[in-house]
Amino acid sequence: MSVTTPVEKLGSAGLKTTGFIGAIGLLLRDVAALSPRMVTATRGRRLAWDNLWFQMYRVGVRSIGVVGLVTFCIGAILALQIGPILEDYGAAAQLPTIIGIAMFRELGPLIGAIVLTGFAGASIAAELGTMAVAEELKALRSHAISPIRFLVVPRVLATTIMTVCLATFSDAMGVVGGAFTSNLALGITPTQYLRQTFEAVGHFDLLTGLFKAGVFGAIIGALPCYLGMNVRGGASGVGAATTKTVVYSIVALVCVDLLFTFVFYMLEL
Amino acid sequence: MPDPTDNIIECDDVTVRFGEQTVLDRLTLNVRRGERLVILGGSGAGKSTLLNLLAAETRATSGQVRIDGQDICGMSETQLDDYRKSIGVLFQSGALFQSMTIGDNVALPLREHTDLDEETIQIIIKMKLELVGLREHAHKLPSQISGGMKKRAGLARALALDPKIIFYDEPSAGLDPVSVTEVDQLMIGLNETLGVTTVVITHEMVSAFRVAHRLVLMDQGQFVADGPPDEMKNSSDPLVYQFVNGLAEGPLADRRDRDAYTADLLGAY
Repeated sequence: MSVTTPVEKLGSAGLKTTGFIGAIGLLLRDVAALSPRMVTATRGRRLAWDNLWFQMYRVGVRSIGVVGLVTFCIGAILALQIGPILEDYGAAAQLPTIIGIAMFRELGPLIGAIVLTGFAGASIAAELGTMAVAEELKALRSHAISPIRFLVVPRVLATTIMTVCLATFSDAMGVVGGAFTSNLALGITPTQYLRQTFEAVGHFDLLTGLFKAGVFGAIIGALPCYLGMNVRGGASGVGAATTKTVVYSIVALVCVDLLFTFVFYMLEL
Repeated sequence: MPDPTDNIIECDDVTVRFGEQTVLDRLTLNVRRGERLVILGGSGAGKSTLLNLLAAETRATSGQVRIDGQDICGMSETQLDDYRKSIGVLFQSGALFQSMTIGDNVALPLREHTDLDEETIQIIIKMKLELVGLREHAHKLPSQISGGMKKRAGLARALALDPKIIFYDEPSAGLDPVSVTEVDQLMIGLNETLGVTTVVITHEMVSAFRVAHRLVLMDQGQFVADGPPDEMKNSSDPLVYQFVNGLAEGPLADRRDRDAYTADLLGAY
């Protein structure tokens, strides 16, 4: 049935979006159901753990430098942008508090996740897409090996675990970046800056940020796996899946972040 | 020669539809244990769907597919996985896992589905690779070997769990004549030495006549001819004659609607 009117187009887009979100949800449900087998399975357990370690290295360890650099710069930029305004109001001393809260609750997890999307998400989509085109997924199924258990579970677990770890690192690098430029531009000593940051940032700020990072990590892992495994049409399909992964992931991360922030705000957390 | 009363595969009135399109139309097929059956047919005849059906990749819309007396159409996913472990599939591209060595490709089903220790698995890998003449290439990645070797490595992986049936999807596709002969001899050799039932899908006539105990010709989702190589070679049926001799003129070519082509060119309906 062809879709012609604007209302029909809107409805069709809504249905497609809902279907897509549902499919990602179902994939995450399967991952949750199959993950305990990493521990309980009597066969293939070593292979599964090897696979998980490799994915954690690939997703997390190799992206440390990029994530660190980006979040350091974000912290530094924030200090340069906000510092002079606060100085005008005589509140320059509040800068570490503002940057600390912003990094721990919001920017550390979000920026880290966005960098990982480009770094790991796109490569996961391209890898699984190429496997789909080369009949490797079909070959796995023909050997009674579930592609979700064998390919998706280690990738989603790896992105989830490593996004949480990288969020902690991002938080720290953002604070270091802020301290660096605050010292140069506003004359706040690093010791003074760090002391005030630790006084301002509570456990709850850190934990909400890390919780969000875990959810972001699951999205960064599941979305490219879904798009990659459903590639059709050869090389162009792989390219399309890679592009979609980056675009959809960033949109999903920002929307989910907004949702979390709204919920935390309503709950006064 | 296979026992004519001992059928390992029995397809009974099987239909497969995708939406409105009927791809397999009330097929009935019996394959004897130890037989080498070659399924011929042009592009779009339904060969690949039949292979997917027999390999439990596609479900029948109606009818029964019994393997060793068990109806695979009514099986649960767990039962199908047990069935998949008892068959081997050689994919058109070989479908080797590119990130693993040839040896690890062969080892994968063993590591996933058996309790064998690594030492035993290494011995089995050598045995399976020796069967296909690739023992000394176990450490190589798929990207480091030729197309014919990839097919043979895929075959070694398909043999890993000692299947009772092997399905070959276009084993000659993309190979030079010498490699085609090698793969054909391998299929015959495995069938004769291991007694494994062999179902081959191809449209390579030289290879088909070399390998087959029996050939069936598919057209538009149905079997239109069935017989031993000599009978098919000398068939007077116009469709069989055209296909076997690779003629441009005949019933297959006459199906093209020349009026529709003219109308399409001139923009008429």
